[in-house]
Amino acid sequence: MTRTLLLVGTRKGAFILDGGSDRRSWAISEPLCEGWPIHDLQWDPATRSIYAGAGSPWFGAAVFRSDDLGTTWTHSSEGLTYGDDGPKIPAVWNVTPANGSIYAGVEPAGLFRSDDGGATWSHVKALRDHPSRQDPGWQPGAGGLICHTIVPHPTVPEKMWVAISAVGTFATADGGATWEARNRGVAACFLPDPHPETGQCVHKLVMAAGEPDSLYQQNHCGVYRSRDAGVSWEDISAGLSSEFGFVIGTHPRDAATAWVIPLSNPEEGRYAPDGALAVWRTRDRGDHWERQATGLPQDHAFVGVLREALSVDRGNPAGVYFGTSTGQLYSSTDEGASWERIADNLPPIWGVQAVEVD
Amino acid sequence: MTVTVILPRSLVSLIPGTERTTKVDAATVREAIDQLDQLTPGVRNRLVDSGPVLREHINVFVDGTQASLDTPLRADSTVHVIPAVSGG
Repeated sequence: MTRTLLLVGTRKGAFILDGGSDRRSWAISEPLCEGWPIHDLQWDPATRSIYAGAGSPWFGAAVFRSDDLGTTWTHSSEGLTYGDDGPKIPAVWNVTPANGSIYAGVEPAGLFRSDDGGATWSHVKALRDHPSRQDPGWQPGAGGLICHTIVPHPTVPEKMWVAISAVGTFATADGGATWEARNRGVAACFLPDPHPETGQCVHKLVMAAGEPDSLYQQNHCGVYRSRDAGVSWEDISAGLSSEFGFVIGTHPRDAATAWVIPLSNPEEGRYAPDGALAVWRTRDRGDHWERQATGLPQDHAFVGVLREALSVDRGNPAGVYFGTSTGQLYSSTDEGASWERIADNLPPIWGVQAVEVD
Repeated sequence: MTVTVILPRSLVSLIPGTERTTKVDAATVREAIDQLDQLTPGVRNRLVDSGPVLREHINVFVDGTQASLDTPLRADSTVHVIPAVSGG
């Protein structure tokens, strides 16, 4: 019987919630990964492994792995380095299985690949060799200079997109040997030139279901869509309560449906606007948005939702889940029409990933 | 020379096979950590950052005095590895 699990990364360890087959009640684990700060957890269906990207203030960056649904864990950072002369790597922000390899996005921004299930890592050097890192330079966002999103092509192993704050989106079509900036049409509203080739503060990048060339992104300066693999972008923020936010998620079967959680302007708190927490859904690729707040707190809910903290499962109807930076976890099993708080008092939530396991 | 290394509980629980107290043959802190890494791979990466240097929030004391990777050890030295009192 298929069960839905939520893999939750927090500032003080990972947690796994088991929603059984009906997603109605959730059993929550003890803190996992030795209480390390966990930015992101992902599931590799090929090996039935959970991977967690982590960074301890004492012990550095590492990727954890569990092959028994979180009961036991190993970890490694062997090779996860820019060398003795390079900058130190404090954290892994994203870990993504793809085509038999595992990819890790790190701070300061860079990409690593493991071909042995996370035991050892090698630097995908060409990304940091992109000329934009020297001119005009890569500048950090408020969370640091981080490679926080990795989007593999579902059928072409050589193709991949990554997103870096505050640098923008990059794409490779040759397995990481070369990278091209993909930011045309995306504003860098905080720069004197609002449309540079790089320097955009992309917060999260996702792919539409069944359409590898259809991408969406939540950016510091708005929500955007692309129909040409990120070569050009169109602002679809009109109708939202705020252009600013971190998360974006797409429907498992409908390429036109996506969810975002707008937050107040970056200089005005970065929390639910007016203290009323709401998810917004589009069903027409961002032409229109509808506010979905039934069951969410509407008074004095000055909570934030960070970039990895929303996930959509593959159920029918799809389940949507998000965690807050104040430790609440919300679930919808009707594609956002209604919401229920399924956990509270967790450490600050950084990542949520819904997976189906047998 | 044989020295005694005392690891923090948080590291012992992280890496299977490690012990709170281990005796190794080493002439410097660096060699002691390398010996531990031979016994239980992964220890070095948790204590040593690129440079190589001790990680910013890892303190090492040799016979009660704060040390670096290059600090020499004496026979019967005691090496304490202690995470900094930091965080929140």
